[in-house]
Amino acid sequence: MKLITAIIKPFKLEEVKQALSEIGVEGMTVTEVKGFGRQKGHTEIYRGSEYTVDFLPKVKLDIALPDELIAKAVDAIENAAKTGKIGDGKILVSPIDEVIRIRTGERGDTAV
Amino acid sequence: MTGIFTFLALASTALAQDAAPAYESYEAFTESSGFALFTINNLWILVSAALVFLMHLGFSCLESGLTQSKNTVNILFKNMSIVCVGILGYALYGFNAMYPGDFNGIFAAGSWFAVDNSDVSMMTDAYAPYTWWSDFIFQAMFAATAATIVSGAVAERIKLSSFLIYAILLVTFIYPITGSWQWGGGWLSSLSLGGMTADGDPIGFYDFAGSSLVHAFGGFAALAAVIMLGPRLGKYTKDGRVRPILGHSMPLVMIGAFLLWLGWYGFNGGSVLSADPRGVSYVFVTTTLAAAAGCMGAVTLSWMLLKKPDLSMGLNGILAGLVGITAGADVIGMASSIVVGLIAGALVVISVLFFDKIKMDDPVGAISVHGICGIWGTLAVGIFVAEKSFLNQLVGSLAIAAFAFIVSLVLMLALKAIMGIRVSAEEETEGLDIGEHGNEAYPDFTAAHK
Repeated sequence: MKLITAIIKPFKLEEVKQALSEIGVEGMTVTEVKGFGRQKGHTEIYRGSEYTVDFLPKVKLDIALPDELIAKAVDAIENAAKTGKIGDGKILVSPIDEVIRIRTGERGDTAV
Repeated sequence: MTGIFTFLALASTALAQDAAPAYESYEAFTESSGFALFTINNLWILVSAALVFLMHLGFSCLESGLTQSKNTVNILFKNMSIVCVGILGYALYGFNAMYPGDFNGIFAAGSWFAVDNSDVSMMTDAYAPYTWWSDFIFQAMFAATAATIVSGAVAERIKLSSFLIYAILLVTFIYPITGSWQWGGGWLSSLSLGGMTADGDPIGFYDFAGSSLVHAFGGFAALAAVIMLGPRLGKYTKDGRVRPILGHSMPLVMIGAFLLWLGWYGFNGGSVLSADPRGVSYVFVTTTLAAAAGCMGAVTLSWMLLKKPDLSMGLNGILAGLVGITAGADVIGMASSIVVGLIAGALVVISVLFFDKIKMDDPVGAISVHGICGIWGTLAVGIFVAEKSFLNQLVGSLAIAAFAFIVSLVLMLALKAIMGIRVSAEEETEGLDIGEHGNEAYPDFTAAHK
């Protein structure tokens, strides 16, 4: 079991969700987040004065998956979220110690 | 300045009224031939008063839209209170101080406004094309406007209690003084610096609906208040650069500006002081042309200077055009009204940038729209209308602006010494809604910039 955390451009969310559904991913948690990396912020203008917006809006997906699906899911997100321009985001993969389905009390891979 | 006092004698003679028709009773008047026309005229003044009332909702929307969501309850509370205390103060004292009849031309004490309802000399065309009540309610709506102008400029940092005291004093006692100088038949109305008319009367100062008497008055009172308060926390970086504090709702700004435009048809249209078809329609057209041109002036200049077309500047431009045409809406030509508006619109952009640069923090641009463009509109009458005097316009508008500025400065100094005028830094950061009122405008929403 692993946890995929993907930070993507908000307008790519629908495509990424489609791509994940196609390879059999049945659930995900989506959070609207703000942040910056190499893209840095951008400047906006308000009543004649420029200012920098450091934190840009992004969408974060958290998906817990069994090991055999991880590689396919990472590929799916990578392909769907890619625009080739700076600011496309990151995919992080990390191990999970335990997963519990609250309704049934199932544990491990069956609960994912 | 010694010359001013020689006009005072003229001021009192100018008030002599023509012999008016006398009626035995109000019932006799209703059966007279002039009653139908009087009814139409009077109704138009009342509709206009209602339109000017609507401008207070316009100011409320504009000011809350251009400020942060954490201060919305406070802005709305101020706007609500100003209308109510302003009207009461005007009834108790202000109206009669502004229209005292025969007086020394500079200052008259006020008094309770009400007259005898059965007095036919006040309720028929023996008085005016409208009744005394209509006269009062139209002027009362105007008076509250002057203090509302200040509320936007001092937003997001002024202490509520101090502001309310300031607003009551301004509307009740100060606005009627400068108002009496012109509309009450005071020294400005018979100013002879700019020469005499063909009939041998002084040309006088001219301010049709109040570019100076209402708008420059409010704008320069606001400037003094802004100087006394200082900028909002975080408006300037340590190295002195502007760090804009974003308004929380552009749709509200839009609604506010268009409500003000609508209300202006009463503000200027009603200032014809009758429903005279030619007069009112003329004023409607000059007012509209100037508003549209003001928008174009502001949009063009802001697009050129700032590289982006700025919505809030365009809306400020509309208001600038409206303020600009207000002094001469009934005498300025159609083509000239477009020029007046264009220049007002360009002026407001430059002025907003200028005041930002010199660290006069005015969140809504009130000093620029009402103060600077109020002066411009008053001067424009002297430029575009041959029968008017530029010198008179200059003296009049500067006298009103200077008086408003100085009195506002003194009021703010006194309030600062007695009770303080600014909320604590902690309250300002958290928002005046919680600090002053203990509630929020948008409890179900999360602010992105708090």
